[in-house]
Amino acid sequence: MKIGAYICQGCELGDRLDSGQLATTATRDGKAALAKEHPFLCNAEGVAMIQNDIDNEGVNHLVIGACSRRAKTEAFNFENVTISRANLREGVIWVRPDTDEARELTQEMADDYIRMACAESKSMKIPAASGEQELTRELLVVGGGISGMTAAIEASKAGYKVDLIEKSGALGGVAGQLVKRVPAKAPYNEMADTGIAEMAAAIEADGNISVHLNSSVTKTSGAPGRFEVEVSTESGATNTVTTGSIIQATGFNTYDINKLPELGGGQSPDVVDQLTFEKLVKEANGGAIKRPSDGKEISNAVFVQCAGQRSEKEGHLPYCSGHCCLTSIKQARYAKEAGADATVIFTDLRTPGAGGEDFYRGGQEAGVSFSKGEVSEVVSAGGGLEVKYKDMILNEDCTIGADIVVLATGMVPNNGPDPYLAQDLKAAEEAEDESLVAELQAKVEVAPPSVLNLDYRQGTDLPHLKHGFSDSHFICFPYETRRTGIYAAGPVRRPMDMQQAQEDATGAALKAIQACENASQGRAAHPRSGDLSFPTFRIEGCTQCKRCTVECPFGAINEDEKGYPQYNESRCRRCGTCMGACPVRVISFENYSVETVGQQLKNVDMPDEFDEKPRILVLACENDAYPALDMAAMNRTEYSSFARVIPVRCLGSVNTIWVTDALNSGYDGIMLMGCQKGDNYQCHFVKGSEMAHYRMSKIDDTLQSLNLEQERVATYEVSITDTQRIPQLINEMEETIEKIGMSPFKF
Amino acid sequence: MSDMNTAMVEKYRSSFLKEVEANVEEGDWVKMCMQCGVCSGSCPMENNWEHPPQELFMMIRANKREEVLSSSSMWMCTSCYNCIARCPRGLPITHIMHGLAHYGKRLGLAPKEQPTVKFSQLFWDNLTKTGRVNELKLGLSLYFMNGFGEGIKTALKMKDVGLGMMKTGRLNPFEIFGGHSCKGASDIKKMLAKAKEIEESNTAEFKG
Ligand code: SF4
Ligand code: SF4
Ligand code: SF4
Ligand code: SF4
Repeated sequence: MKIGAYICQGCELGDRLDSGQLATTATRDGKAALAKEHPFLCNAEGVAMIQNDIDNEGVNHLVIGACSRRAKTEAFNFENVTISRANLREGVIWVRPDTDEARELTQEMADDYIRMACAESKSMKIPAASGEQELTRELLVVGGGISGMTAAIEASKAGYKVDLIEKSGALGGVAGQLVKRVPAKAPYNEMADTGIAEMAAAIEADGNISVHLNSSVTKTSGAPGRFEVEVSTESGATNTVTTGSIIQATGFNTYDINKLPELGGGQSPDVVDQLTFEKLVKEANGGAIKRPSDGKEISNAVFVQCAGQRSEKEGHLPYCSGHCCLTSIKQARYAKEAGADATVIFTDLRTPGAGGEDFYRGGQEAGVSFSKGEVSEVVSAGGGLEVKYKDMILNEDCTIGADIVVLATGMVPNNGPDPYLAQDLKAAEEAEDESLVAELQAKVEVAPPSVLNLDYRQGTDLPHLKHGFSDSHFICFPYETRRTGIYAAGPVRRPMDMQQAQEDATGAALKAIQACENASQGRAAHPRSGDLSFPTFRIEGCTQCKRCTVECPFGAINEDEKGYPQYNESRCRRCGTCMGACPVRVISFENYSVETVGQQLKNVDMPDEFDEKPRILVLACENDAYPALDMAAMNRTEYSSFARVIPVRCLGSVNTIWVTDALNSGYDGIMLMGCQKGDNYQCHFVKGSEMAHYRMSKIDDTLQSLNLEQERVATYEVSITDTQRIPQLINEMEETIEKIGMSPFKF
Repeated sequence: MSDMNTAMVEKYRSSFLKEVEANVEEGDWVKMCMQCGVCSGSCPMENNWEHPPQELFMMIRANKREEVLSSSSMWMCTSCYNCIARCPRGLPITHIMHGLAHYGKRLGLAPKEQPTVKFSQLFWDNLTKTGRVNELKLGLSLYFMNGFGEGIKTALKMKDVGLGMMKTGRLNPFEIFGGHSCKGASDIKKMLAKAKEIEESNTAEFKG
């Protein structure tokens, strides 16, 4: 190992800091083999200087004392070395006043960051992929509806081979049962052909796509780049497919109309859901539409929106299915074209998408009548139906007669069972929590059959977020699921219409391809895409507690025959949650470990109790909190010079030993900053922030045993927009310390 | 009139909207209203309406025939055009208001005691007699619209205005004796009669 430290003097760093002293700190305290100052480190000459040292001086561990690790990543991108960045610009001079009095503390801050970077550098290894990878240019798509077909076609266009699995005897799915569709392109106010037949024909003619009809997935094992999938036909024949990644596009089922007796569901055959109405229109074949009960030609159709949806009632769907308003407008137009009257009764008409409003207007122009009202009852009367509703504009009870009533019942995702259900049940049984056992048991009983039959320790299917939809990071990684290399597309991910499903499927196909390519090079998927390091564990130290296996948000860890964790490198997102979880601290990455962070925090110069210089350790999530601090610096927001910020991959990677170590080494305050947790989580690794909060809730015992005040350790949920709040929080911590006094643990 | 009303009721028993589309000037626009309420919010008379425009349109769709046609609402419209300027769906709301008022009046459903209804009738009668508006007579009939006593009171209250108008030649007291008419007064009457004939034949189409 040869550490080379490079101190930049550009961006005013040279004016504000004593770079000579920083270089001395690097060599004397940091044990860097060499330290060089440069007036403009990120320019061609500066970069060449570093490269030259790598090539000719044997420098293989870089310490770059310049701007934030988030800046100039292109310039400071060197191969086959470790890189540590001391953030002197955003982390020091930009958050400090440029005054003579401030100078001393500013310099101390910078010196510490250099020491920390050197300490980190010493504990880092040069990451290299395991070398087991291979490129598999093949995707498996489960579901032959519009999402699945779109994904298959797009992947094939990109040069990938596709196995398309469809459980029924034909491609098309729900979209295939429609007469017309809401248009995806101009003119938006006209109904359009579904295009399903053309898509199916295109797939048929595509040599890259093999279609497996009447088939399902009976077992999925392996990892991105090398999934082994058993595909079985109804007759029981099985073949095994090797695939790089998987797209689950299993779509949705209509909500059961029989659950809506008050709206006539299951009471009268003339009360139908939207899909049944499509069938009636298809049967009419351009002529008059006939109602199911007696074949009478309908002259008046009433469409009831939000039937059992957007409703908090037990058993109803609390969410909006997003497509049914437009679908009803479309179907009301079928009725108008067939010569009948059509009325849509809605509480809110929602017509998302570029053309939604035009299509609504088109419906109005066609003479569809729209009434804002809440339907209370649908009853049979005088050989027909009567819809009773409260007109919400007139605030009056009204009744409208109908030959047929179409209920917009919305969508229920066709997902597998929640994989954590079985685990939770087992845990509840062990804890002998009888009511919880009963509750979970009931859920297990109604759980749908598995779709993917994953051979993963954490269960057979994609984890759910809410209401049975698969989990995805809605803002940052919408196509993602919590099983790396497996993507959800279409209504199985969230309610959506055909157009959105097609966009979704295209996105998922591209992501799936990316996963194959990344896996083939041993690189991580997002958000650390390109990261070659992967977690390993020291087998001698492992107590087989399984904390890592259970806590990994991505199900990346299986168990080997002996019960030791088995890391599937290409399933891993490199969040470090397993590292944070391990009670015996045996898990590490080449470039990120309990050691790299532990050494950083220990190498901060700790002034003694009487110096009036407290130290605040800030462990900040690199995805949100750290960038927010950088942005605060860009705005020149000042904060306490006593803070020492260390970026972490995710709060989930924070091992409690860091907190204990920090307390023992005399830090006066410790702040943990991660993303929002819970149902509307913003954590890039889904559960990391939540795990950290949970673990830190236990830290109180440690504080007590050390006789320390609880206020010294605090965990925060922050977001990337908190550029004002985070500096303020840091300053508040300084005030708190002033109040409760310095830590007694300084030496 | 009421015969026609009965016929209309029969024909459009289930859908007042269709009746409006067929008989009310610009009535085929009513279906385009999306109930955003911008018109009602823009209307300077808003607080005086029994039913603001957007609500009237909803009532039409809800088959509230009597209530709409006998409503005083559309008689409150001052033709300020605020609603038209703002309606995101481009409905000619002012015109529809007048169309609805007119249709209600033709059917004999317009509220009898509504001042605008009364004034409109006075104005019409005054105008069609000579082809010119006789301001003195119109003014007087307006004053006495609500009875003799009220009329005297109003006349006294307004006397300064009247004198001022007389002084500047805006009001001629001799107009009380017949007043002057336009050149082709009888032609105007013929024109109006023809217009009425056309209107009624149009409506006849819907009677059967
Ligand atoms: S899309 Fe469906 S659930 Fe949403 S508002 Fe419309 S009818 Fe209701
Ligand atoms: S780093 Fe994260 S994704 Fe990888 S194994 Fe550990 S917990 Fe799982
Ligand atoms: S958390 Fe640590 S000790 Fe427990 S099973 Fe995993 S590696 Fe072993
Ligand atoms: S502004 Fe136009 S669309 Fe909106 S309520 Fe009034 S008439 Fe209807």
